[in-house]
Amino acid sequence: MNGEPKLRVVIVDDEELARQVLRELAGAHPELEIVAECANGFEAVKAITELKPDLVFLDVQMPKLDGFEVLELTGTNMAIVFATAHDGHALKAFEVHAVDYLLKPFGAERFERALQRARKRIGSPPPPLTQLALAVRPPGQYLDRVVVRDGTRVHIIPTSKLEYVEAQDDYIAIASEGRRYLKQQTISSLEESLDPKCFLRVHRSYIVNLEQVTNIEPYGKDSKVAILKNGTRLPVSRAGYDRLRSVLESR
Amino acid sequence: MHPILSHPRQMLLYLVLWIPLTALLGYLFRASGYSVQEVAILLGVLAPLYALMCLLAWYPCRATPLQRAGSVRIAATLTAAAVVIAGTWMFFAMIYVSVLESFESLRGLASHAGMYRMIFGMGLLLYLVWAAYYYVLLTMEASRQLELRATEARVLARDSELRALKAQINPHFIFNSLHSISALTTVDATRAREMCITLADFLRATLGLGQKTIIPLSEELDLVHRYLTVEKIRFGSRLMIEEKVDDVAVDCVIPPLILQPLVENAIQHGVAHLPEGACIRLSITAKDDRLTIAMENNFDPEIKPKKRSGIGLANVRERIAIRYGDAANFQAAADGDLFRVNISLPAARSIA
Repeated sequence: MNGEPKLRVVIVDDEELARQVLRELAGAHPELEIVAECANGFEAVKAITELKPDLVFLDVQMPKLDGFEVLELTGTNMAIVFATAHDGHALKAFEVHAVDYLLKPFGAERFERALQRARKRIGSPPPPLTQLALAVRPPGQYLDRVVVRDGTRVHIIPTSKLEYVEAQDDYIAIASEGRRYLKQQTISSLEESLDPKCFLRVHRSYIVNLEQVTNIEPYGKDSKVAILKNGTRLPVSRAGYDRLRSVLESR
Repeated sequence: MHPILSHPRQMLLYLVLWIPLTALLGYLFRASGYSVQEVAILLGVLAPLYALMCLLAWYPCRATPLQRAGSVRIAATLTAAAVVIAGTWMFFAMIYVSVLESFESLRGLASHAGMYRMIFGMGLLLYLVWAAYYYVLLTMEASRQLELRATEARVLARDSELRALKAQINPHFIFNSLHSISALTTVDATRAREMCITLADFLRATLGLGQKTIIPLSEELDLVHRYLTVEKIRFGSRLMIEEKVDDVAVDCVIPPLILQPLVENAIQHGVAHLPEGACIRLSITAKDDRLTIAMENNFDPEIKPKKRSGIGLANVRERIAIRYGDAANFQAAADGDLFRVNISLPAARSIA
């Protein structure tokens, strides 16, 4: 009975009956303790950050935040088992180091195997988060929104409302509608997931939304400054100015 | 687009056809006493001139197509046009003859009795022959268009059937439904069995609809109800439905799989994205020979519609347009957090 350590489990699925299946299958294992059941991505982010479970069963398509966005915000410091009816996300699941990928409908036997894999994984170090953020972007597509976690609160920022991004050590500050949101990500990895037609790296530490730029003025001997609609002044490096000019001229 | 002027091969055929017509005119002139030389001089100018003028006969024909214009209107238009064109030809003939008269050797051309009457009469006749020819061309073109539209409609209907089947086999629906059934087997075996049966009924009904081009609205509503019953088990209280259907409307006929894709769209892009769920409101009315289908559902405006969404809607729109043309109206638009679809069709009551 006490041979195996207790595993704390969070179940995330927007369908009650799907949660029911997992609850029932987990119920056959006394070493599993279900600490939370979540019906959407927001609840999942809150539960995972507060409860720090050992194992998460995660649906992909859910209201508000999908399963991958949840992981982007919570990190992957736990064993993750996806449970979905879509076989199309398997590759992405592999990229975020999920231990297994359960295809609905699944039964006890398949559940056991996922559990075994999870036990092996628990305790090993999590993959770095920036890689995760990259994996979230579908190939050839750019982000249409950025998700940011602030404690247990989640903010969804549509990229159209993203004004600029500033690098701050390991973090980035995202400015949108008068607020700044901090996120643990490198500016380069975010730059790669933003549409280059709309966003431009104007400086080592700044990405700007081109829609927001009203004016570019000289600043000092060698550099320029970009002035945004809300009055913010952002430094523009020489290389940044060249990129900015070629993008604006080609429009 | 003039069918002869814009097609070189048609132009060639037209000119070739004028050879026997010119010969016929020549024969008539000879019979009324003209010498071969005189006939050649007269027809050498007048026949090509009339060949050009008869190209104009296309326009009144196009303006009064056989299928749409009344017979009285067609007769009146043709007669008026024939008189004008033949009269103009006769007038040109008079000028030409008066010019020819100034040459010594051609004196007396005009003295032949009834020459202008013959020109006018032949002008009328030839004009009508060409008008008939244009009508034949128009009819051929119309039937070709009709065939094309029918083929297009068949392809689209087939397409939508396949799509509908695929939609049922896709992870969104079938696998999730089976998963729900498997959940129910231990907690509520009776409901699990009911869901199995409803799912089977729905699949069977969908398979059968592909062959039909038109079905009573009641049949489509049955299909929608089965679909919703299955989805209701999956989504539980998150899926709310309000339905108002006129008693007279259920007897109207519609192309199959018009409503079901709309409801499916509402669930996939509305209910599935809202934690608290959404309401689908369906209202169908039949009034003044119009069948109006109005559907609205809540959706999350923060979620950008994916490119794939709307394929179902586009297909419904296209099939309606092909079947009813301008007689139907399809509108789909978001209004705040509501998505609305409005379809207006001619109300037909029997299966034609």
